Amino acid sequence: MSSTSRKRQLGRPVSIVGAGMSRFGAFADKDSRDLFVEAFQDMLDNLDQGIDVGDIECAYVGNYSSDLFEHQGHTAPIIADWLGLTPMPVTRIENACASSGSALREGIMAIASGLYDIVLVGGMEKMTSLPTEGVTDVLATAADGLYEVPAGLTFPGIFGAIATSHMDRYETNLDHLLKVGIKNHENGALNPKAQFNVTIQSLMERRMARAHERGQPVPEYVTEMDFLNDPGANPWIAWPLRLYDCAPITDGAACVLLVASEIAQNFTDKPIELAGTGQASGRPLHDADELTSLSAAKAAAGKAYEMAGVTADDIQVAEVHDCFTIAEIVATEDLGFFAPGEGSKAVDEGRTALNGDKPINTSGGLKAKGHPVGASGVAQVAEIFHQLRGESGDRQVNNPNLALGLTHNVGGTGGTCVVNILRRSS
Amino acid sequence: MAEENRAFTAASFKIFLTKEKKLVGVRCRACGTLSPEPRPMCHSCHGRDMEWYEFSGKGRLSTFTCISIVPARMSEKGYGRDNPYCTGIVTLEEGPRLSALIIGVDAAKPEDIETGTEVVLDLAEVDSESPTPTFRPA
Repeated sequence: MSSTSRKRQLGRPVSIVGAGMSRFGAFADKDSRDLFVEAFQDMLDNLDQGIDVGDIECAYVGNYSSDLFEHQGHTAPIIADWLGLTPMPVTRIENACASSGSALREGIMAIASGLYDIVLVGGMEKMTSLPTEGVTDVLATAADGLYEVPAGLTFPGIFGAIATSHMDRYETNLDHLLKVGIKNHENGALNPKAQFNVTIQSLMERRMARAHERGQPVPEYVTEMDFLNDPGANPWIAWPLRLYDCAPITDGAACVLLVASEIAQNFTDKPIELAGTGQASGRPLHDADELTSLSAAKAAAGKAYEMAGVTADDIQVAEVHDCFTIAEIVATEDLGFFAPGEGSKAVDEGRTALNGDKPINTSGGLKAKGHPVGASGVAQVAEIFHQLRGESGDRQVNNPNLALGLTHNVGGTGGTCVVNILRRSS
Repeated sequence: MAEENRAFTAASFKIFLTKEKKLVGVRCRACGTLSPEPRPMCHSCHGRDMEWYEFSGKGRLSTFTCISIVPARMSEKGYGRDNPYCTGIVTLEEGPRLSALIIGVDAAKPEDIETGTEVVLDLAEVDSESPTPTFRPA
């Protein structure tokens, strides 16, 4: 049996018993460690039966680039110190925007191996310390610095090129992209921790009101599409992507507490099992199999589905990596929710909306919740954890049988992808 | 320096682009796989016997984007919100694809740029600091 075809299973089952998130946004007075502490405290405050913090045995922290954003390397021991958990072993994991998704896998394996029973996994990023141009340059270091970046390709640029290809090959158009953003802002408006806790409709009305107050000509927007098609309100970033096609620059942190499933009941009556996990690597876009798909996402999803013993059709709710609107459309195709080229139609038909048959990014996604890159993978898992436990408040998916959710976390432009499948224990 | 003495590295790739105005990558002598990026080991068969391979410089524009929010290095060249540039992926006539700067098109009118357009290598004004394969419509 070849090593790549063997069906992989965890050495023993692993469950999530708690999840926490800081507010996501722009916080000039907070460093990444402060955000991590905020997420950790949120998790402790919501842990059903509590924990003696000293019982946590090990931690993995996803962080993309505190080195360039904060001029701070070696962040893992700082987190251990700020949580008062030294000499607990802590390791920082860097896989671009999939840093904390990758950190989660390390935590899962640390428990599945039998080495530890209780492991903390989180992620953090402090990004607003740099101006937009500086952030663009930092994010570009996740692309191939020798053969992509010199061509002038930026992060939005590479996803812009994917969008061009998708529109070329399928019936996807600019409106489909904008509708992903509208949908995710509608969900974000229901998420009190989201950076953009507001609909695009409200942003449009604010812009009109502001013009009125200042005695300037008031734009004649009737619908959100009018607003989004105004280059003054929604300028081009990397054609065919505009400002509202891009996830924002965000400060934030998230964490989850993993335990061996056999002791999960010590912490909560409603543990969420990690039913499947998959991770894969991919080549730069120019060397990708297709220009309309991320091969790493398909490979990671295949492994996760196999481990969980489920198919794409079984997934009831998912958080996918919408760093750009086109990325959500591509993700829903790569995950097998919709056929290639059909992802945009699904958005059009409302199938991915909160009340659709395949709710995607109920948190608001990276687009509206915010995208502190090193935190995003675990923040996605936190959202699915709460959804499966029925505690998502106004954005709770209305399905009493909700039991199976998925997260899809992409690093760079598809160089890394981590897919996790979460199951409510029966 | 004779080609055979050069290392299969990005440094050599850049010398070909800037000094000799050629697009030179590698070919695996074992399986024939081509790579525009010089690699010391074949990514397809893991063979170690690589040779230099000069590409014709002809290809097609497979996808593109026009960038308005530009990185610092492109800002220094005068690109920006009011002066976007075009970049994308070219499929070479020999088969492989690469990321490339696209010149000779109006990046302010991306709707007029078409994928599938035949393009040719043009290294007349290649950046000596950070060279990149640059193409224009044929």
